[in-house]
Amino acid sequence: MILDGKCPTGPIEKSWDNHCFNMKLVNPANKRKFKVIMVGTGLAGGAGAATLGELGYNVEAYCYQDSSRRAHSIAAQGGINAAKNYHNDGDSVFRLFYDTIKGGDFRAREADVWRLAQVSNNIIDQCVAQGVPFAREYSGLLANRSFGGAQVSRTFYARGQTGQQLLLGAYQALARQVKAGTVKLKPRTEMLDLVVVDGVAKGITYRDLTTGEIKSSWADAVVLATGGYVNVFYLSTNAMGCSVTAAWKATKKGAFMANPCYTQIHPTCIPQSGEHQSKLTLMSESLRNDGRCWVPKRKEDCEKAPGDIPEDDRDYYLERKYPSFGNLAPRDIASRAAKEVCDEGRGVGPGKRGVYLDYQSAIERVGEDTIRERYGNLFDMYEKITDENAYKQPMRIYPAPHYSMGGLWVDYNCMTNVPGLFAIGEANFSVHGANRLGASALMQGLADGYFAIPNTISNYLAGVKPGEVTDEHPEFAKSREDVQARIDKILNVKGKRSVSSFHRELGKIMWENVGMARSKESLTKALEAIPALREEFWQNVNVTGDSSGRNGQLEDAGRIADFLEFAEVMTTDALHREESCGGHFRTEHQTEDGEAMRDDENFTYVAAWEYKGEGKAPELHKEPLKFENVKLAVRSYK
Amino acid sequence: MNLTLYVWRQNGPEDKGKLEQYEAKNVSPDSSFLEMLDEVNEELIEKGTDPIEFDNDCREGICGTCGCVVNGQPHGPQEQTTACQLHMRQFSDGDTLTLEPWRASAFPIIKDLAVDRSAMDNIIESGGYTSAYTGEVGEANQTLISKPDADYAMDAAECIGCGACVAACPNGSAMLFTSAKVAQLATLPQGKIEAAERVNGMTEAMLNAGFGNCSNHYECEASCPKGVSVKFIAKLNREYLKALPK
Repeated sequence: MILDGKCPTGPIEKSWDNHCFNMKLVNPANKRKFKVIMVGTGLAGGAGAATLGELGYNVEAYCYQDSSRRAHSIAAQGGINAAKNYHNDGDSVFRLFYDTIKGGDFRAREADVWRLAQVSNNIIDQCVAQGVPFAREYSGLLANRSFGGAQVSRTFYARGQTGQQLLLGAYQALARQVKAGTVKLKPRTEMLDLVVVDGVAKGITYRDLTTGEIKSSWADAVVLATGGYVNVFYLSTNAMGCSVTAAWKATKKGAFMANPCYTQIHPTCIPQSGEHQSKLTLMSESLRNDGRCWVPKRKEDCEKAPGDIPEDDRDYYLERKYPSFGNLAPRDIASRAAKEVCDEGRGVGPGKRGVYLDYQSAIERVGEDTIRERYGNLFDMYEKITDENAYKQPMRIYPAPHYSMGGLWVDYNCMTNVPGLFAIGEANFSVHGANRLGASALMQGLADGYFAIPNTISNYLAGVKPGEVTDEHPEFAKSREDVQARIDKILNVKGKRSVSSFHRELGKIMWENVGMARSKESLTKALEAIPALREEFWQNVNVTGDSSGRNGQLEDAGRIADFLEFAEVMTTDALHREESCGGHFRTEHQTEDGEAMRDDENFTYVAAWEYKGEGKAPELHKEPLKFENVKLAVRSYK
Repeated sequence: MNLTLYVWRQNGPEDKGKLEQYEAKNVSPDSSFLEMLDEVNEELIEKGTDPIEFDNDCREGICGTCGCVVNGQPHGPQEQTTACQLHMRQFSDGDTLTLEPWRASAFPIIKDLAVDRSAMDNIIESGGYTSAYTGEVGEANQTLISKPDADYAMDAAECIGCGACVAACPNGSAMLFTSAKVAQLATLPQGKIEAAERVNGMTEAMLNAGFGNCSNHYECEASCPKGVSVKFIAKLNREYLKALPK
C-alpha cells in the first residue's frame, strides 16, 4: 500500500496556516461532549492534555509514573531550539527547517518539519508566559547557546535542566486543568491494549499498577504520547520504565510502525563501568560547545594518564575530520567517529570503550568559573558516577542509545492509519528523519502537544458523534480478557530466569547486531537470535508474586515481552533498508572515507510496517518522500 | 564489598510492616545504590521471594521518583544526591544499612519502600502555575527579567518533587516544596499577578493534606538532593503575609 501523509499543498511558508484554516472546527459548546484519552504525560502528552483541557475537551491523562511531573522528558539537559534569530546570526524559520531536514539526512516529511520550525517561536513565548526560568543575559533578555548540527545560536536553556523546566511548565498547565475539572489524571497506570471498534480507535485497556486491576476506558479519540523505544538495547539513557508497550499494543491492533530502525546513539554518555550497570547516563551535548574530543594517536599511549600525553600525540578526531563543524558535528557522525577510533584500538578507560572530552583549553580560555557556571551540574553528576573531577582531567565518554526517530506512522494531522488514534512526540516518526539534531526533541514534544494536536484533533472529532461507542461495547470486555490472559500466561511460566536477564540478553543482541553499525550478516544473526530468546522467555521466565497488587517484576516482564516482538520488526526494517542514512549505518553502504551513503533513488520513502502476527513477516507499506523546498544533497559537515 | 541490609517490608497500606535482614554480597563500589538493590532483588527472585519494591525511573537524579531513608537520612549520606545517584563507594565493606520508606502521614505507604506522594500534586494543582492559555501570549523578550531574578527563580525551580524534605522534617512539613514553587513564580513578572491567590491556595492544600508546619529545623534543606534553600520558606511566609486581607 502506498501511504498518503495528507500534507497540505502550495507554498511551504503558508502550509500550516492554510491547513489550520481549512480544518474543521468543533463548536466551543460541543467540545465538552468529546472525551479524549492521552497516554503519557511528558512534554508532548502533558502539553497536549493541558491544551485540550483548556479548549474544553473532556480529557483523561494516563501515565505509569506516580505523578505526571516525572516523564523522561524531564531528563533532557541541553536546551530547546527556536528560530528567534535573537543574535542576528542569520537564523530564520527557513534555516531551522533546512537544518532539521538536512540533519535528518533527508528522510523526514517537509511539511511536518516546516510546522515544527514555524511554531518553535511560539513555544518559547508560551514557556516564558508559564514562568519557565530560562537563562537570561544581564540585559534581561533571553540567553542562547549553540548546539550540534547548527551554525547559529538558537538554543534556549535553563541551566542543565531544560527538559525539567519545560516539563514542569507543561505539568503546571496540566495541574491547572485538573483543578478546572477538564482533565482527570490517572497516574500509576499502564496502557496494555488499544480498543478498536469497527476499525476505529475507541479506548484503551490499562492496568492499575497499585491495585493490579484491569480496567477499560472509552474515548472519542486516543492520543499516544508514550515516548521512544531505545530501551530495547537494555542499556540506554532512557528511564527504567520507558518501553515500546503502548505503541506496540497499537501496532498489534493495526497501526503501522514507521522507520523503527532509526535510532539515535548519543555521542556523549558516561561509559559503562561494569556488569551491574542498569542504565547509561547522558552528558548534555552542550558540553561539546567547549569540550574537545580526542584519543591518543598511538594505541600504546591509551594506558597512560591523559595529562602525560603531549598535545602532538593527541588526535582531535572530530576537528580533524570535520573542520567546519568540529566538535559540534551532528550526533550520528560524532558517535560513529568515536566508535571508529575505539575499533582501531585507540579507546581509553576500562575496556577501551571511551574517548576523552577535554575542557583544559576552554578553562584556559574563559576560566574555570565560567565553565562551572555553564556546566557545573553536569560536572558534578560526572563526578558522582565516576569519582573523577572533570575540571582536572578530561571526561571519558562513549556513545549510548538515546532516542528513537522512528515510531508510529502518522499523517500530517498526527493521526495514525487507525482512525481516531493519534501519536505525538517521540512516539511518532514524523520530523527527525534518520537523525535528530540536539535540542530538537523538546521542540517537537511541545510543538506537537501545544500547537499541532489541539488543532488537528478537532478536524477529526468534527466528524465523530461524541460518545457513540462507550465501554459497554463488547470489544472492551474482550480487550480486558485478552490483557488478563497475557498476564496470567506470564505468571504461569514459573521458569528459572529473571526478567532482567532476558532484557540484558536482548539488549546485547540488539547492541551488537542492530547498533551503531549494521550489516546484512549481523542483522540476519539478530533475526535468528530474537525469536529464539522470545521462545525461551515464554518457557523460562520467572515472575514472582501475583497480579493482584503492585508487582514491578510483572510490569517489567510485560514490557520485555513486547520488546521481544518489536525487536524483530526493528531488525527487519534495518535489514530491508539497503542504504546508510543518519543513525542507520549499514557497513555495506559507505563512502571510501567511511561516511554514510544514501540511496535516494530507491529509499526516499518512509517504511511503515504492518504487524501480521507472531512468526509472520511484517508487511511493508511505503510513503514516498518529496523534497520540493530543500534539494536532496549529500550531507556534509566537513 | 559486603553489606548487611535491614529493609522495611510492608505488603500494602494495611499491612503492619517490619524490617527484614538481607545480605548484599560482592557489591561493586562503582555501582549505584539502586543497582545494589537490583542485585539483592535478583537473588531474592532466584529464591522465590518477592523482591523489594521501590520507586525509581530516570536513575539520573532528576525525575524525583526514587528515594528511601538510609540510616535515618533521606536519600542516604551524600549531600545533594538522590538515592539513584548515590554510589556504593560512599559506604564501606561490612556496613549495616537500614532502609525505610519516606515516613509522613501525608504519604501513605503503597508497598515496601514505595509511598503515595499525590498530596504534593494536589498542592501544585491548588495554584502552582500561571494561568496562561496556550496561544498568542506575546513575544518572549517583550518582558525583561533581570538575571538575578531569573537565577533566583531557577534556584527555586530546581526542586524535583521527591519528598525528601517531608521525610526529613520532624513535623512532616512540605514547606520547602511549597515555598520553592511559590518563590519561583512570585519572583517572575508572569507569576506576580496571581501571587496572592497562589500562596493562599497552595498553603491551604498543604495543610489539608496533613503536612505539618515549619518550625525551623532546616532538616529539609540538609536532605534536599537539589540543595533548595530554606530562604524560600522565608519568601513563602513573606508572600503569605502580603496576601493577608488588609
